[in-house]
Amino acid sequence: MAQGSVRLGVDIGGTFTDIALEVAGHIHSTKILTDHDRPEEAILKGLHKAAGEAGVALSDIAIIIHGTTLATNALIERSGAKTALITTEGFRDVIEMRTENRFEQYDLDITLPPPLIERRHRLTVTERMNAQGEVLIPLERAEVEALTDRIREAGYESVAVGFIHAYANGVHERLVREVFEDRAPDIPISISSEVSPQVREFERFNTVCANAYVKPVMASYLARLVARLKDAGTTCPVHVIHSGGGIVDVETAIQFPVRLVESGPAGGAIFATHIAARYGLSQVLSFDMGGTTAKICLIEDMRPKTAKSFEVARTYRFKKGSGMPISIPVIDMVEIGAGGGSLAHVDAMRQIRVGPESAGSEPGPACYDQGGEHPAVSDADLILGRLDPDNFAGGSIKLSTARAEHALSTDVGEPLGMDAEQAAYGLCEVVDENMANAARVHAVESGKDIGAYKMIAFGGAAPIHAARLCQKLGIDEFLVPPGAGIGSAIGFLLAPFSFEAVRTDHMAMSAFDADRINAIIDDLTEAAEAFVSEATGGGGLERECQVFMRYRGQGWEIPVDIEQDRFTPADAANLTTLFEETYTRYFGRPIDGLEIELVSWAVKVSSPTPPVQQITHLDRQTDATPAGARRLFDIATETWGDAVTCERTALVPGDGITGPAVIVESETATVVPQGYEATVQSDGCLRVRLTASKGA
Amino acid sequence: MNAFADVHMQVMWNRLISVVEEQARTLIRTAFSTSVREAGDLSAGVFDRQGRMLAQAVTGTPGHVNAMAEAVCHFITDIGPDNIFEGDVYITNDPWKGTGHLHDITVVTPSYFKGNHVGYFACTAHVVDVGGRGYGPDAREVYEEGIFIPIMKLVKRGEVNTDLIHMVRNNVREADQVVGDIYSLAACNETGQNRLNDMLEEFGLDGIDTLAAFILEHSERATREKLKDLPHGSYENQMTVDGYDEPVTLKVRLDVTQAGIVADFTGTSPASGFGINVPLVYTKAYSFYGLKCALAPEIPNNSASLSAFDVVAPEGCILNAVHPSPVAVRHVLGHFLPDLMLGALAKMAPGTVPAEGAGALWNVHVSVRPTAEQLARNPASRGAEVLVFNSGGTGARPTKDGLNATAFPSGVHTMPIEITEQTGPVVFWRKELRPGSGGEGTHRGGLGQVIELAPAPGYDIRFNAMFDRVGHPARGRDGGGDGAPGSVSLDDGTTLKAKGTQHVPPGKRLVLELPGGGGFGDAKERSAEAAERDRIEEYVAGENL
Repeated sequence: MAQGSVRLGVDIGGTFTDIALEVAGHIHSTKILTDHDRPEEAILKGLHKAAGEAGVALSDIAIIIHGTTLATNALIERSGAKTALITTEGFRDVIEMRTENRFEQYDLDITLPPPLIERRHRLTVTERMNAQGEVLIPLERAEVEALTDRIREAGYESVAVGFIHAYANGVHERLVREVFEDRAPDIPISISSEVSPQVREFERFNTVCANAYVKPVMASYLARLVARLKDAGTTCPVHVIHSGGGIVDVETAIQFPVRLVESGPAGGAIFATHIAARYGLSQVLSFDMGGTTAKICLIEDMRPKTAKSFEVARTYRFKKGSGMPISIPVIDMVEIGAGGGSLAHVDAMRQIRVGPESAGSEPGPACYDQGGEHPAVSDADLILGRLDPDNFAGGSIKLSTARAEHALSTDVGEPLGMDAEQAAYGLCEVVDENMANAARVHAVESGKDIGAYKMIAFGGAAPIHAARLCQKLGIDEFLVPPGAGIGSAIGFLLAPFSFEAVRTDHMAMSAFDADRINAIIDDLTEAAEAFVSEATGGGGLERECQVFMRYRGQGWEIPVDIEQDRFTPADAANLTTLFEETYTRYFGRPIDGLEIELVSWAVKVSSPTPPVQQITHLDRQTDATPAGARRLFDIATETWGDAVTCERTALVPGDGITGPAVIVESETATVVPQGYEATVQSDGCLRVRLTASKGA
Repeated sequence: MNAFADVHMQVMWNRLISVVEEQARTLIRTAFSTSVREAGDLSAGVFDRQGRMLAQAVTGTPGHVNAMAEAVCHFITDIGPDNIFEGDVYITNDPWKGTGHLHDITVVTPSYFKGNHVGYFACTAHVVDVGGRGYGPDAREVYEEGIFIPIMKLVKRGEVNTDLIHMVRNNVREADQVVGDIYSLAACNETGQNRLNDMLEEFGLDGIDTLAAFILEHSERATREKLKDLPHGSYENQMTVDGYDEPVTLKVRLDVTQAGIVADFTGTSPASGFGINVPLVYTKAYSFYGLKCALAPEIPNNSASLSAFDVVAPEGCILNAVHPSPVAVRHVLGHFLPDLMLGALAKMAPGTVPAEGAGALWNVHVSVRPTAEQLARNPASRGAEVLVFNSGGTGARPTKDGLNATAFPSGVHTMPIEITEQTGPVVFWRKELRPGSGGEGTHRGGLGQVIELAPAPGYDIRFNAMFDRVGHPARGRDGGGDGAPGSVSLDDGTTLKAKGTQHVPPGKRLVLELPGGGGFGDAKERSAEAAERDRIEEYVAGENL
């Protein structure tokens, strides 16, 4: 397996394309500016660079795992294909009417996000299913044929089909596909009963529209990429990471490109999950803070929390409801507008507000001295001594303390009667509180107590803010893994082959039908295995099964994990017990006397992940040699103190650093406050723990 | 106050908003009522010991939130300050002391930290049923509208008042769900209390009085700052809408002075004999909402930011209906109040406020029942109560078109058709935009929508109509055209009434055409691109492809 040990992870982000080349367990990484017109060229460039450094030939690479924001970008920038939606007569405007709600109550001037497919491209046919999946109006083939011809003549590049209750019976949608394959075989077609067979028409229709909309652009990109890689001399297959945190082959990615949306952040969650497994941590909060946003994910028992739907392309201050819903299995994350570049201002209540507006990389925070005039989080970090003005980004950017002070004083200090340092303190407290609140609300929705968690912090700004966030959340320990700057690309290398199939099938517990359930599970397993076994050669696949349940009358289902894969009528009692236990964990107590309903089923099939090498905590054995000292503001005690600084690259396992301290590396800095101690672990992680009792 | 202390206060204010957000999420996830779980028809908030609202969850609807802001003071008075103990939970659905009708249950919990009373948590939800005639405008007195729970203790020092639970259980349809919701409301306040205590612990505080003073002072100052440059004077507006059996005139005079803004409703029609009457508390809620949207939208809702506004309405007028007037569908007229306010503000600051919109939600509450033949075929056939919220178009804005089929002023969502059809034997045959219904103008009014629904074969439908703007469309502003009026009919062309209980015979469909919003400005000024877009997207008229 000498050859098998060379693996490549590639993450195309909005700014950078990250390359992680693993050779015999060692990671060679590089960052290349993303090429927006020809994304594959940046990959090739980075690949040559990393392979050259590692001294391997491209033909030595055994597997390439790729994640990309291209699908997400096409949705945000509305740069997808000319797409038609075929839908049920009477429901032409489902994706335009949305939820009929304004996501911001007090803004009379609000703009709602426009539908992905405009009204003139939404066409209807006469057909109808009822909620039980029985045909109320049959679909006439002749009508579909006529419509197909019109669509072909009108020059559409892609077609989405979404019929009411198609999750319960997809026969009409499949008929449409059949006719297209017959009469317009060149037009790619996506049907909702296959892309996302879940109840709730707005979410399902929007998902199938998104799939169709990005399909041509993703198909063309992936084909180019595969060809370019082959030309360059690679011989291995290319695989693609999906939003659920697993990998699939290129053909599946081309069929279901909507599953690639948000796959980059999923890589970060897998990265954190792997660290959690290494350290045997059963409850982990993954905290990824970059330049514009922070993402928070809960990881339980070495599995990231998942959801059946999420929202992309939010148009209004990251506000829930201002984007478009996508109902596919996804690693569940909250994302808020809080990053190193997030800008602060003082509002009408004389309160400091931070984000979601961001200085971006151009002009960047005021301290970059590139014309940024408003104070960003990084400016405050600089003033509080957390960033070294002379040693930022490996010394490539010299930070201007004077610019940062000026921006903080002008925009925050003067309106509030504070000096620049106090303003910096206030700014950091507000942004940290925002992130802590997002984490808390997320935990509540998941029925969890956040204080029992450990944190894993990565991304450029996370290690700077991790300690304060932990204090606010009552978390006593966090880990900063090495390679945190390219966490997603490394995460891709750790992802299993996997596919999750989900389907709504509404059943009352009093009408428990074991045979039907067995059939659903078989169907879903078969569907999911088809995507995975081709790539893995089958065999040894692991299966996880969930049923989404609720009390009759409720609108939110909770996921119940089930171990068994065969059901008998007697299992109604077991499922009832499982549901009540899960419900209690979420909401405190079960409710007597109410009917329980089984709503949706999910089966996830994955290749086994290689056993993770467990690491035992390394205690402090040696004192790290300080590289210098600087003044550092301690937020908890609101005092300045003298902190030591260390170069992370100079540290060796077993080194201990007592706070207050700042551990500097090229992409970030880890702040170790007073009362905390950092120890370097055998895998290079920094483990930062509370040693003293909590401050004020 | 030094800089650090000031930042502490800001952080705690943010935390308090997060606390009520967690409180509301708990309720959404556990509630049974369709309107809460799918439509977000709820509110949650935290109050100081004097009953002043400090923060509210942003999920709330204006009617609930602003009404609840007053409710807590009624609880303190009626329970009696000396009768308030740790472990207590209070309840009411008094329309005049709660949020305007019996269907809303408000639960208030005194919050204790280390044995000391620090404040209150309150929340409100619209429950599935309260007995009586069911949800609709047909009652002649509030007695017919269901069970009335005066302010009382639901839990007494930790002990549940099981007598009350039994009373409720035996007086409502869907008793399990209603009782389930009552417990959810109590649990949601408990969540709030636990989080607040965590916060007090973390910051080393004994209570929230100092924080309350900070929040109220900053909010009031910011609100006054917003209002200080308004031109003082009196601005009138009048709007006539359908009412139940005769048109209702809503009249307001806004007196803008140094002290704030008073909305005086003198001249408004007297109370109706049917359940469209509005208790004053609900009148205040939506009046304040309309004013706040237009004048101080970014200031968070709390007692201080609301204190710049006041309402005067003659007792017995339809906007200050008194007990025992029926009030079940008070939302219909309540939802017109923001438009009434905006119309008056347009006189103060011409060219800055939107045209009138559809206003009131078109809530469709249908009772589906198996026919005799169906029962003979299958005795297990069950009927169902199905409630759906639907919205017409909003008024065009001074610089933008109105919003198609979007709730304003209500903050609710509609429910997915696929979910609704799972709850009962009813089929929605159509729910889509209504081309041509937006008022013409430089900026077009939002489109209404068309809904067609019918019982499944073997069932028939009774429904409670509570629709408006059928006889009185949304008016355009500054030369814009009126929105299309609504209509209620069967698919055979039979016209139905816009209010009251009616029947959809087997084999027939109910057809609802929801009103569009009014236009803004002269239609001749509409840009060529916008007009072309209207045509090709068939927002006005046209054919497929």
